[in-house]
Amino acid sequence: MAHGNKNEKVVYVGDSRVRKPGGATIPPDYTSFPGRSEAFIPNFLLKEWMVGCVVLVGFLVLTIAHPAPLGYPANPTNSAFIPIPDWYFLFLYQLLKYPWVSGSYVAWGVVGIPGVAFGSLLLAPFLDTGKERRFYRRPIATALMLLSLVSCYYLTKVSWDFYQHELEITGTIPEHTVREEKAREAAAAGKEPPSATKPAEAVELVDADNAEVKSIMEKAGCLTCHATDLKGQAGANIPALRGVGDLLTKEELAEIITNGKDKMPAFGTDLSAEEIGTLADWLAKQKATE
Amino acid sequence: MFKSVYNWIDERLDVTPLWRDVADHEVPEHVNPAHHFSAFVYCFGGLTFFITVIQILSGMFLTMYYVPDIINAYASVDYLQHKVPFGSIVRGMHHWGASLVIVMMFLHTLRVFFTGSYKAPREMNWVVGMLIFFIMLGLGFTGYLLPWDNKAYFATKVGIQIANSVPYIGEYIKIFLQGGEIVGATTLTRFFAIHVFFLPGALLALLAAHFLMIRKQGIAGPL
Ligand code: HEC
Ligand code: HEM
Repeated sequence: MAHGNKNEKVVYVGDSRVRKPGGATIPPDYTSFPGRSEAFIPNFLLKEWMVGCVVLVGFLVLTIAHPAPLGYPANPTNSAFIPIPDWYFLFLYQLLKYPWVSGSYVAWGVVGIPGVAFGSLLLAPFLDTGKERRFYRRPIATALMLLSLVSCYYLTKVSWDFYQHELEITGTIPEHTVREEKAREAAAAGKEPPSATKPAEAVELVDADNAEVKSIMEKAGCLTCHATDLKGQAGANIPALRGVGDLLTKEELAEIITNGKDKMPAFGTDLSAEEIGTLADWLAKQKATE
Repeated sequence: MFKSVYNWIDERLDVTPLWRDVADHEVPEHVNPAHHFSAFVYCFGGLTFFITVIQILSGMFLTMYYVPDIINAYASVDYLQHKVPFGSIVRGMHHWGASLVIVMMFLHTLRVFFTGSYKAPREMNWVVGMLIFFIMLGLGFTGYLLPWDNKAYFATKVGIQIANSVPYIGEYIKIFLQGGEIVGATTLTRFFAIHVFFLPGALLALLAAHFLMIRKQGIAGPL
């Protein structure tokens, strides 16, 4: 075997080959870039870690000041919920709302425009092959990028403003805000925050098959707001009617139905006193504790 | 003691060149903010990596409590957020970090674009970078569903509807993502697996390629 060779650059540890120590580690050569280069370790890394610590502390302060949002458990039958993706998808979400890239032209919206945009970004080095690196000497590439940036910003802003507007006209408060509010109110009153996983709405209905009540409710349209299962809509701040007998008396219930309350409409003219009495009777019976 | 252990290992595995290569590589003047403040734009790649590490670590802690099924997912997140000590901080880091990493990556991409650093010989690194970009968006999309609250559920439903409108293959993308006819139990387990195993695995492989290429080629020179 050729092991005796003096020029061999390896030593043998057992039957494994390891490079010979000494001379093998290349001394750093800082001549390729003129100026004040420095070694990565320890000089540069130390400064980097100091910056990293500052960033980390700022980040921790942010997470404590703004806890991650959490709404109410997913309920696929909730038809009033306004969907909204994370902010960095809004530009795409908004793009697909325009008539010339949706409906029968949707292929343009989901494949055409994003495909060209992201495709040319992916292949940028092969499309922009000139030697020039300075952006102000590459007018086409720079202009296209700036145009895309402005469009993305514009689409995102339109999408977000529209979402805010939608919340406003439907009187919706985002669920995670509702939850936080309720938790804060409970804390201020010295109570446990209401649990979202065992909602009060899960209370059983009493006398659920009362046909008379059903027909009055259908006629008056209570169910469109308070939900067909009478569990309410937490997102729109409409209370459940299950268990309402624990909260309100028969007289109070009749009063609310007759004269309304905040966003709850008055039914004093639409329903007869007798019908309201029937409803109030039935609702007063809706108690969890029985 | 430490030195002799090190020497013992080095004698067998010759590890010195591995780390000396990383340690001694030069940081040229034009990318060092200590010399030119405007060079801070070169920090965004490192900051993206920093936040990525935070995402991986906080994500690992989240999976200690998170349960990927439709009955318990929400309850486990709720428990983590409100009952586990420091749970809201860990979840907060992962939640806000997900946005921050996109911001940092975006700024990094713009830096590379406007300094023309993607040009020869760094084409491959740019392509790898863009693949990382797509993976990050995928992580954002799949992670959004996991808390299983209404916002998560309906955003995913819309997202899948959009995927469904892709001509010819839309139907298949939808079935692949949903794992069935509706957004339901299989969708959640699927998104969980994609978010926690498939995409991070691909991300780590691509990051390794990204960094190897930077070390091989060095950072692009001054303009
Ligand atoms: C337009 C939607 C809407 C319709 C229709 C509606 N409600 Fe309401 N209801 C509300 C809202 C909103 C509230 C909460 C009012 C408040 O306290 O701010 C409410 C509150 C109530 C309350 C008080 C519950 C509590 O816990 O304070 C009762 C009882 C009630 N509604 C019964 C009815 C009945 C019975 C009908 C059908 C005759 C009906 N509602 C129809 C929206 C509606
Ligand atoms: C997780 C995401 C990413 C991380 C952690 C990361 C990290 C880094 C780091 C640390 C550098 C060294 C220079 C610097 O810090 O600016 C770098 C360079 C580079 N990155 Fe990224 N990057 C990411 C995503 C991307 C993306 C999305 C692109 C663009 C498509 C990209 C393209 C490049 C290129 C071409 C270089 C070489 C630039 C040069 O030599 O000047 N990277 N990356």
